[in-house]
Amino acid sequence: MADPLVIIGAGQAASQLMASLAQDGFAGEVCLVGDEPHLPYQRPPLSKKFLAGELALDRLYVKPAAFYEKAGSHLLLGRRAERIDRSGRSVLLADGSRLTYSTLVLATGSRPRELPLPGAFYLRNIADVDAIRPRLAPGKSLVVIGGGYIGLELAAVAVKLGVGVTVLEQAPRLMARGVGPVVSQFYARLHGEEGVVIHTGSVVCGLAGKRVVCEHAQYDADIVVVGAGAVPNVELAREAGLAVEDGIVVDAECRTDDASIYAIGDCTSQHHDLVGRRLRLESVHNALEQARIAAAAICGRKPPAVQVPWFWTDQFDVKMQMAGLSAGHDQAVVRGNPDTGRSFAVFYLREGTLIAVDAVNRAPEFMMSKQLIAERAKIDPARLGDEGVAMKDMRN
Amino acid sequence: MAKIVFEEPDGTERAIDIANGQSIMEGAVRNGIVGIDADCGGACSCATCMVYVPEEWLGRLPAKDSTEQSMLEFCPHVQANSRLSCQIQVSDALDGLRLKVPQSQQ
Repeated sequence: MADPLVIIGAGQAASQLMASLAQDGFAGEVCLVGDEPHLPYQRPPLSKKFLAGELALDRLYVKPAAFYEKAGSHLLLGRRAERIDRSGRSVLLADGSRLTYSTLVLATGSRPRELPLPGAFYLRNIADVDAIRPRLAPGKSLVVIGGGYIGLELAAVAVKLGVGVTVLEQAPRLMARGVGPVVSQFYARLHGEEGVVIHTGSVVCGLAGKRVVCEHAQYDADIVVVGAGAVPNVELAREAGLAVEDGIVVDAECRTDDASIYAIGDCTSQHHDLVGRRLRLESVHNALEQARIAAAAICGRKPPAVQVPWFWTDQFDVKMQMAGLSAGHDQAVVRGNPDTGRSFAVFYLREGTLIAVDAVNRAPEFMMSKQLIAERAKIDPARLGDEGVAMKDMRN
Repeated sequence: MAKIVFEEPDGTERAIDIANGQSIMEGAVRNGIVGIDADCGGACSCATCMVYVPEEWLGRLPAKDSTEQSMLEFCPHVQANSRLSCQIQVSDALDGLRLKVPQSQQ
């Protein structure tokens, strides 16, 4: 019997890969290795509804156990892969067992960037939420280090639970890597209105017991959580001699430089036509899309068309949906008023072409822009900013 | 609990039981209904779980909110009888509902 297809990593990319392989008619055996004790689950709710206690654990799981138990697939959960032996086409697990593979897929994801702050918590998986949530009781104090998506979503949930929340961000503005200054300013106002204390330009020097020490101030906290970005889990690939840059280098079909090894999700670095270079995307959309592409390639089918990258964040009653990649924009156009209320959009253009949008409680702006970005449409900036022009009429 | 029948893009009909309180999307994804992508997992952020509802059922479903309405307007294969299946919670009243899945969510 042929060796199985082995997947290392049991997140959403892995789960989608298994679903897509089944749909694409893959007939071989599949073996999934994951170091957490859980079936593949959705991570976005971990800093949103699951953290808030509004979503039960069983609804986090992407598929029920029965889906994986069907003939031919094996789940090795709570097991860690230690090493890839490319010449022997096998994976060595931490318990000493060895899995030989016909095809290997690395879906190893990313992990929180750690800071030298002993005692601080991080928020990446179910166990993290289980550790943090009991400490978010009314009247307690939370210091969040890092004003990015995870940190701000956590802050929004915690303050609603009656926790006193302070966010310390070292950059001059919030979510600086992901959004433009207008959007950062809006989120500072939003969190202020909801009772979160935000300090930007705040460099944390250390943690002394439950006291967060910055250059010019210190903050006492019952719990400290770090949300300082993520680093890709590329060690297995690197030690196996695969090409690794910011992530595991893959081609358009998600194949590494070893033809029998693919990589998908947060751990990959892939060329994107929209920006004309290789980059690593940490998003559910990217994980699912790369899983579908890899499954098609493995099954010898035509891959689905590449979509415009997109992302979302929910904080308080505000849903922001982002599409495209704004890096390299030379013009930002605001539609609506970001200084009052909670609904506006910012469009990003390069040489007149729409390349990205940040849509705050603006589903039409998001949905229409996704299409226009894919079409590489040139749009008159004055029309984009004019609320009198409906989004569905925006195509010039 | 409601038994809901899906017509998949290739015409295959599949009936599944979905527990009360779950969304139709969750039931579909858990049971591997082809053509319900549901990329955002039910946050009404992606509009990739669209379904077509027979006319006689349209008025019996919980009403659309403004976000669902806006997302739907921009779905590539939208029709007057389209709904986002993540926004419909299952109850006994939906037993026997038949839904058609579009050829593509893109």
